[in-house]
Amino acid sequence: MTTSPPEPPVSSPAGTLGTDARLSLTGVQPGEPAFDDHRPPSAELVSDCVHCGFCLPSCPTYVLWGEEMDSPRGRIYLMNEGLQGEPMTDSMVEHFDACLGCMACVTACPSGVQYDHLITATRAQVERRHERSRADRALRSAIFALFPYPRRLRALRGPLRLHQRTGLSRLLRRSGLLERLSPQLASMEALAPRLGRPQPVPERVAARGTRRGTVGMLLGCVQREFFPGVNAATARVLAAEGFDVVAPAGQGCCGALSGHSGREAEARRFARELIDTFESTGVETVVVNAAGCGSAMKEYAELLADDAAYADRARGFAARVRDVSELLAEVGTVAPRHPLPVTVAYHDACHLSHAQGVRRQPRELLRGIPGLEVREIAEGDLCCGSAGVYNLLNPEPARELGDRKARNVLATGADLLVTANPGCLMQVASALERAGTALPMAHTVEVLDASIRGRSPDVFGADRRRETG
Amino acid sequence: MDTDVLAARLRALVGDAAVITDRQRLRTYECDGLAQYRVVPAVVVLAASTEDVAAVVRECAAQRVPFVARGSGTGLSGGALPHADGVLIVMSTMRRILEVDRDNQRAVVEPGVINLQLSDVTRADGYYYAPDPSSQQVCSIGGNVAENSGGAHCLKYGFTSNHVTGLELVAPTGEVEQIGGKAPDAPGYDLLGALVGSEGTLGVVTAATVRLTRTPADVRTLLAAFPGTDQAGAAVSAVIGAGVIPAAIEMMDALAIEAAEAAVQCGYPEGAGAVLIVEIDGPASDVQQVFEEVEGHCRAHGAFEIRIAADDAERALFWKGRKSAFAAVGRISPDYIVQDGVIPRTALPEVLSSIARLSAESGVRVANVFHAGDGNLHPLVLFDDSVEGESERAEEVSGAILDLCIQHGGSITGEHGVGSDKAKYMPRMFTDDDLDTMQLVRCAFDPSSISNPGKVFPTPRLCGERPGRHQGVHPLAEAGVAEVF
Ligand SMILES: Cc1cc2nc3c(=O)[nH]c(=O)nc-3n(C[C@H](O)[C@H](O)[C@H](O)COP(=O)(O)OP(=O)(O)OC[C@H]3O[C@@H](n4cnc5c(N)ncnc54)[C@H](O)[C@@H]3O)c2cc1C
Repeated sequence: MTTSPPEPPVSSPAGTLGTDARLSLTGVQPGEPAFDDHRPPSAELVSDCVHCGFCLPSCPTYVLWGEEMDSPRGRIYLMNEGLQGEPMTDSMVEHFDACLGCMACVTACPSGVQYDHLITATRAQVERRHERSRADRALRSAIFALFPYPRRLRALRGPLRLHQRTGLSRLLRRSGLLERLSPQLASMEALAPRLGRPQPVPERVAARGTRRGTVGMLLGCVQREFFPGVNAATARVLAAEGFDVVAPAGQGCCGALSGHSGREAEARRFARELIDTFESTGVETVVVNAAGCGSAMKEYAELLADDAAYADRARGFAARVRDVSELLAEVGTVAPRHPLPVTVAYHDACHLSHAQGVRRQPRELLRGIPGLEVREIAEGDLCCGSAGVYNLLNPEPARELGDRKARNVLATGADLLVTANPGCLMQVASALERAGTALPMAHTVEVLDASIRGRSPDVFGADRRRETG
Repeated sequence: MDTDVLAARLRALVGDAAVITDRQRLRTYECDGLAQYRVVPAVVVLAASTEDVAAVVRECAAQRVPFVARGSGTGLSGGALPHADGVLIVMSTMRRILEVDRDNQRAVVEPGVINLQLSDVTRADGYYYAPDPSSQQVCSIGGNVAENSGGAHCLKYGFTSNHVTGLELVAPTGEVEQIGGKAPDAPGYDLLGALVGSEGTLGVVTAATVRLTRTPADVRTLLAAFPGTDQAGAAVSAVIGAGVIPAAIEMMDALAIEAAEAAVQCGYPEGAGAVLIVEIDGPASDVQQVFEEVEGHCRAHGAFEIRIAADDAERALFWKGRKSAFAAVGRISPDYIVQDGVIPRTALPEVLSSIARLSAESGVRVANVFHAGDGNLHPLVLFDDSVEGESERAEEVSGAILDLCIQHGGSITGEHGVGSDKAKYMPRMFTDDDLDTMQLVRCAFDPSSISNPGKVFPTPRLCGERPGRHQGVHPLAEAGVAEVF
């Protein structure tokens, strides 16, 4: 039996700090080398970089600013400086923080540099050893006290729905008030999707037709609370494809947001709990429908490598993780598809394409639907700016990237935008809204679900675009 | 001049955000694609406009502070190596495509525009920018102009110099000059000819007018596998000897293939001692006929497998192996030197066996990649810097390869430039008189010797003092790093 993970108290982080500003919170002395011995970025991996620069144009921040220190090559250089004894200065951290962690550079690198491992290790050091400004600390603590906890997100649903329905939301956005008070808060408000009714996934869903196996299903945090339709669709599609679906109710956060933000201890705690939860179900495969979660879970082996009790289990667990599109492509689909006459633009979520290398499978699944046309988005490898909680921490570059993505999406002329990550959906939706358009959006499995169930594309509001323009 | 004072003046000219003096940030600019050479610049300026560049250069000229332009920093000869007391002017922040004049087949771009991006933007109209260095996805057009960069398809289409018809230049005195324009050729001295390939020593290019080439009606690409480089080399000579000019003929030897496979899984035929990639383009009817001819030559010279790209995806895969070869060598060796030399095509077998001998004698592995059609060799000399003495041995082999090129009537660089790295080899190719003549050209543009000093020429030299122009001793002369010419 699994239990709900304990949630740490929600305290005002700013309030818990000492008043003496001279006191170092991290215990790191000024001038000390940037990294300590606890898992610094690997010097060996750093030395794999041959400085060819092929990563530059793939990097969103280099695309935006054209500056070396905000490119992967420059960031690796900064890591190397740190390894050589340079202290962790504000300017150094600024460039690590500006990295979206989209991993497009990993795809682009001909020398196989594992930037993903490098930046993860660097971020963990930054979180432990760098003293952030009070406001920054408060924001980060607030984010991480909220997002990895589905129950807290749920508590937010009521007020948020009210806020959106009463038109207060539109009023607030138009006034620009929030923007002036806090751009971070404004982006958080703007990103919140329009909430539908909750659709909880039962703990067990039985396979339809010939049974082909049993899979576990990750419900996610944001996915579960803000996009319940995606989880419901995932369970239905898996069942229709012959799988018994086990979705343990007590499951917590996978730790993706924490891990990708350098909150290593927190990420490890979440990972251990999730491993416990799914191991107790005995499932062979754990299916994930959120790209960021899937990529984090596939990294559990490294995350828990030095945890004697979990290292082996983490490796085994990571090997069983599959994105839902990956699994379906692997086993082949059997459920009959009904025609779905709609033109979709498929957006690669970075954590699916760059981090997990899953590009072909979702496209193939979509193309397998009669009547459906898939269009490619220009600059498809470029991040939309969502990047976990990046858009909350770095609203300006995130917005620029979001606007750029929205333009490219609209240029496809598609009726529906399809992607596999809740963060991307929220990010692109808010960018489209800024552009004064509303393009219907769906997760890949929602499209498969609609086809299997013989629904019309109208379920996505795919006809709305034509009305609005 | 004191760095703080210099930085303060520059900030007043171009704004705070564009001037970098923070040491950690500066260090990210300390090297280009040739990372063995490192110098931390005194100041980095991120240029946003011609006016910015002109203001910075005028200030440098007034204070006699050296400056170095930098594009994407992919150069392989240390051309963009900063000057310790100087300003590094970063051009990657000037990257607007100013005009696409389709009817006249011209584009006007800022120098920081990435080579491939220009083709991406014009392709829909049926045009592209022909010079295609393997680094085209990242290198800047300004860098291409400075290095007169070439690429696989330059065999048929010519190097960068054949594709630039106009430049806007901030001369080392700070004046902004317009040289050439959209017309194919301007009367008078061919100043464009002097500027293209001048490696940043004659000023900073702030805009370039370049030719757009019509996308060929038909393209066909084959990949031919040979037992070894001798057979592949013979096939190349046969093709060119028959009067055929393919768009590209590229060769890779076994070690280069191994690296490319490791990096990008290009799936080249197994057991190949060498592969040729041959691309033919033009009107469909010509392409078909020429293609058959090329195929025949390959078979006649021992090709044991020939693949023909069925579609763009397969063509891209053929090229992917070749274009990623340099960086891919990082997969099979911790460190390596990318050499760049030219030989007459017919000397290929002889030079290759000499390289093999050098490699066997020294125990230093050498992978070979060539633009075979025009005899441009890229031997990749592999070593492990952490092993005592290996880097020196590699350096020796690499230098000996250049000697081979010179002995066979070739050149010490085909396309990567002289920069910092090969300045010392210049006297092996040129007499003192030759070098003095080049220096005269340089002094005409850069009387204060502040534009990328220390590059190209073996002994850094200052232009003779002109009356009334400067007072005092030049700082470079004072520091003992240069002598007066
Ligand atoms: C993996 C790899 C493959 C490569 N393949 C090729 C190839 O096939 N063919 C080839 O020719 N080269 C090749 N190169 C070398 C390099 O990419 C080219 O020399 C390129 O033109 C350099 O462009 P850049 O923008 O990176 O210039 P940088 O390296 O930044 O600068 C190069 C030189 O140009 C000068 N410069 C830059 N911008 C300006 C400006 N605006 N005004 C005046 N001077 C300026 C600099 O001072 C410096 O001397 C390769 C490099 C790599 C790493």
